[in-house]
Amino acid sequence: MNLQYMGLKEVNGSLIFLDGVKDVSFEEIVEIILDDGTLRRGRVVQIQGERVVVQVFEGSNNISLTNTKTRFLGHPMKLPLSKEILGRIFDGSGLPIDGLGDVYVDESLDINGLPLNPVSRVYPRNYINTGVSSIDALVTLIRGQKLPIFTGSGLPHNELAVQIVKHAKIAESEAKDFCIVFAAMGVKNEVADYFIHSFEEADVKEKVVMYVNLSNDPIIERLLTPRCALTAAEYLAYKHGMHVLVIMTDITSYCEALREFSSSKGEIPGRKGYPGYLYSDLASIFERAGIVKNTKGSVTQIPILSMPNDDITHPVPDLTGYITEGQIVLDRELHQKGIFPPVGVLPSLSRLMKDGIGDGYTRKDHSAVANQLFVAYSKVRDARNLASVIGEDELSPIDHSYIDFGNLFEKHFLNQGPNVNRSIIETLDLGWRLLSTLPMTELDRMDSELLKEHYDYQDAITYFKVIVKSTVKALASTRAVKND
Amino acid sequence: MSNNLIYSINGPVVTVKNSTDFHMLEMVYVGNNRLLGEVIAITKSETVIQVYESTTGLRPNEPVFTTGEPVSILLGPGMMSNIFDGIERPLQKIADENGIFVPIGGNIKILDDEKLWDVTVLAKLGQKVQYGDIVASTQETSLIEHRIMIPKGIQGEVVEVVKNGKYTIKDVLLKVKDTHGEIHSITMVQRWPIKTERPVNKRLTLNEPLISGQRIIDSMFPIAKGGAAAVPGGFGTGKTMLQHQFAKWCDADIIIYIGCGERGNEMTQVLEEFTELIDPKSRRPLTDRTILIANTSNMPVAAREASIYTGVTMAEYYRDMGYHVAIMADSTSRWAEALREISGRLEEMPAEEGFPAYLPSRISQFYERAGYVETVNGKRGSITIIGAVSPQGADFSEPVTQNTKRFVRCFWALDKQLAYVRHYAAINWNISYSEYIPELTDWFNKNIDVQFLPYRQKIIALLAEENKLMEIVKLIGSDILPDDQKLVIEIGKVIRNGFLQQNAFHKDDTFVPLNKQFKMMQVILHLYQASKDYLVQGKSLSLVLKTEIFEKVIRMKYDINNEDIDKFDDYISLIDHTIRKIK
Ligand SMILES: Nc1ncnc2c1ncn2[C@@H]1O[C@H](COP(=O)(O)OP(=O)(O)O)[C@@H](O)[C@H]1O
Ligand SMILES: [Mg+2]
Repeated sequence: MNLQYMGLKEVNGSLIFLDGVKDVSFEEIVEIILDDGTLRRGRVVQIQGERVVVQVFEGSNNISLTNTKTRFLGHPMKLPLSKEILGRIFDGSGLPIDGLGDVYVDESLDINGLPLNPVSRVYPRNYINTGVSSIDALVTLIRGQKLPIFTGSGLPHNELAVQIVKHAKIAESEAKDFCIVFAAMGVKNEVADYFIHSFEEADVKEKVVMYVNLSNDPIIERLLTPRCALTAAEYLAYKHGMHVLVIMTDITSYCEALREFSSSKGEIPGRKGYPGYLYSDLASIFERAGIVKNTKGSVTQIPILSMPNDDITHPVPDLTGYITEGQIVLDRELHQKGIFPPVGVLPSLSRLMKDGIGDGYTRKDHSAVANQLFVAYSKVRDARNLASVIGEDELSPIDHSYIDFGNLFEKHFLNQGPNVNRSIIETLDLGWRLLSTLPMTELDRMDSELLKEHYDYQDAITYFKVIVKSTVKALASTRAVKND
Repeated sequence: MSNNLIYSINGPVVTVKNSTDFHMLEMVYVGNNRLLGEVIAITKSETVIQVYESTTGLRPNEPVFTTGEPVSILLGPGMMSNIFDGIERPLQKIADENGIFVPIGGNIKILDDEKLWDVTVLAKLGQKVQYGDIVASTQETSLIEHRIMIPKGIQGEVVEVVKNGKYTIKDVLLKVKDTHGEIHSITMVQRWPIKTERPVNKRLTLNEPLISGQRIIDSMFPIAKGGAAAVPGGFGTGKTMLQHQFAKWCDADIIIYIGCGERGNEMTQVLEEFTELIDPKSRRPLTDRTILIANTSNMPVAAREASIYTGVTMAEYYRDMGYHVAIMADSTSRWAEALREISGRLEEMPAEEGFPAYLPSRISQFYERAGYVETVNGKRGSITIIGAVSPQGADFSEPVTQNTKRFVRCFWALDKQLAYVRHYAAINWNISYSEYIPELTDWFNKNIDVQFLPYRQKIIALLAEENKLMEIVKLIGSDILPDDQKLVIEIGKVIRNGFLQQNAFHKDDTFVPLNKQFKMMQVILHLYQASKDYLVQGKSLSLVLKTEIFEKVIRMKYDINNEDIDKFDDYISLIDHTIRKIK
């Protein structure tokens, strides 16, 4: 029953208010037809008796109290889907914008989805080899994980995302079941172009579905974009058994849109003006990653999130970090040193890696190597701080070897460049080689067996062609005692 | 048909106009789909209801049904090993009937009413019974005997009993005649309102520790059975891991794990792991003593608020049977945020950071339900609550952390810097505390060693001293410190890396019995004393360090199995021998 109403009671921000509306349901979809024939869409966000508040996705520009007809469609927002969406480009609310016409509809799904039953989930354990040492060794990506990139303006997050996509494709043994869903939210045209171009280059364009809401597109529509993208992803994963990698950028723009919507509704703002339900709202997006029982597919999310002012305690990265299964944090200082990818090691984390690495997955020593690299690199930081206070010359031999280790680690391990692809074995061996430049006694996260198997000081210093006096000294002194 | 109709809908908040039919906190069914809701405010003109399920698709003028009782859950055999959402809907059953997504509404049976339980009837004809008396029992899982108790409001004489045998939860086991001559039928199940505490005979002092096998907890900041602890920490600092470690290894009889507004995968992980993990004491799968409540972050917010009460009500019910129950609530901040969200929709006047003014009283009411008690039927049981707190921006001055701190006596503060360097459990020893030590002193003296607490004290003192020295080292390096201070730094390293740091993924290190913890402290302190004595002779610390005895002591946690406690004595002799041998 498509009832139609003439005119409005009130317009405020992106919200319109109607009176005398009967029999409408919460969150149902609305069409607003302007006098000039343009059509906008919206959603019922509040009902009070016969007064209804509608959020207009395209915004309320040019809407007056008298120039509209409003039609209630009687159902929540649905996205038409079929396998044909692969290779297509849609706007942020799911309408095709590539000039190729409507898609054939196999199934129309509510974009809000329903919560996945935890009982139906399968705990993700299979790692995706990205070819990037810092990620594979230290922040291992697991199929079905939600692992955001925390970044800042001017940092090469898009390049990193593309690199992951390229290698993830190769890593999927059944490449034909691999696909990408890309959601752009409030990013610039160049960014969208960069991704389109890179997908072409990587020869995956036919396997990409894009939902694009650019920075000059309607802001409220942005609230739909990730939901459309994830509905498509769930459809491809659970109905067609595909391994879907979802890239969403930029989460911060999405949150700003939510803030704008919330304040136009007159809601009580929380931290930095964001609504109190920001956590729940983000969770309704991020929790739509995973693997479920009795299907072959998976949904892996790599959201990109720019931290305002590089501040990781800002509500958007903060709440995101509480929901996602870790984070890859990019570091401006490393970037300025010319290191690519500039993965900030210490604050980065993959929560799922603990169950997806080691014997039977990567290699037995993986977890110990990762932990030891974290510890060693944190000592590099301490040693550098100390050096900046007392001067490098005054450092103890041990602190010296950490300074050397840090430089080598950044140069050889982190700074991999955009084109090199390392296997996990190469990565772990490189890790051992770097750790072997340190005295054995420093490797306190290793058990004696692993040390015996992998630690090789001579090989390390020859390989890196660095014979640092202090390291030798520190090492030699411990060696001497051992030998007697 | 109901003549109370929905007037307004705003997210999870629904109102009904001009009705006098509702009671405060009454459970109601909202709409044609019968969504579960609760009355949270009543004025002359308007009744406000919070709905525990998604209101998408709900329409004004749909009916609202009263039930006459506050929001309650069903208690009875079949809860153990099960997984429920925040309002006690059985998730496995929902998955069996509806597939991978949790649908809205619907009428699902909470407990299996066809399963036959092997019941032993304990009550005798003519026996006088009252609330809480245990009248029958059945083996619910291999670990838990479910003791059936007389429900609230029934008192009188047993006038009919069935024979021992197999019964369902629908079957009447006995009949009780009260003083008015009225007959009450007793089955294996009863209902209880989740926001009402179940009564006890008396509260007892807390003088037994809840042992977790985690060194920094048991040896440094122990919690008592019946106590309450908060685990605050920024994201990724290890709150959930610590909760899982407790759920796996702590020596409670029953675990109730509440995933409140957190990740779905973490509940899946518990489900998968606990079926495989074997309880070290009983050799039975851990699921046999565990109830999971999963109201994940993407499930409706109001039910998140309820999940905490659902969990603690189940805990009280098993406590009343005489069990020690431990509750893990991950995370109480999400529960507080649910309160905030609902309060915001009601346009209540916010206090700090948008939280309602009643936040502190709600937090205290929750933690008050912990305790070691004599139950109404004269047994002893306890509820220990361990609540994770997720402070915004990892800033502990925010309202939920601060208010929680007021009502718990253990504070295990997780530290981002420690997590960054992968020092787990990332509990910051400088700001964490336990106030239970005085009550637990006797227990440690009797069951472990009279030296246990003095050792603990020494370790804490050394850590404090190390902390002070590190401030200096950060500025000038460690080279110029005198040897006795260097020794404190070195021994601090041994304590931190060899004792406090504990690897949850290592087969032995994941759970360490108290006597091993004690021995480890003993060896470390012996190393300290022996080195100190050596320095007193005017000799150099670097000679001791070169022997690598410090590294050896750090690795003893891996090198000595949990069963080989005697080996620690070899370490003591080895330390003496090594130092004596230095030329
Ligand atoms: N005791 C521990 N041993 C080893 N690793 C740990 C330990 N505690 C935490 N971790 C690591 O830290 C990560 C984050 O821990 P988690 O408990 O999920 O944090 P939180 O719940 O505070 O966000 C885990 O995935 C794991 O890798
Ligand atoms: Mg957690």
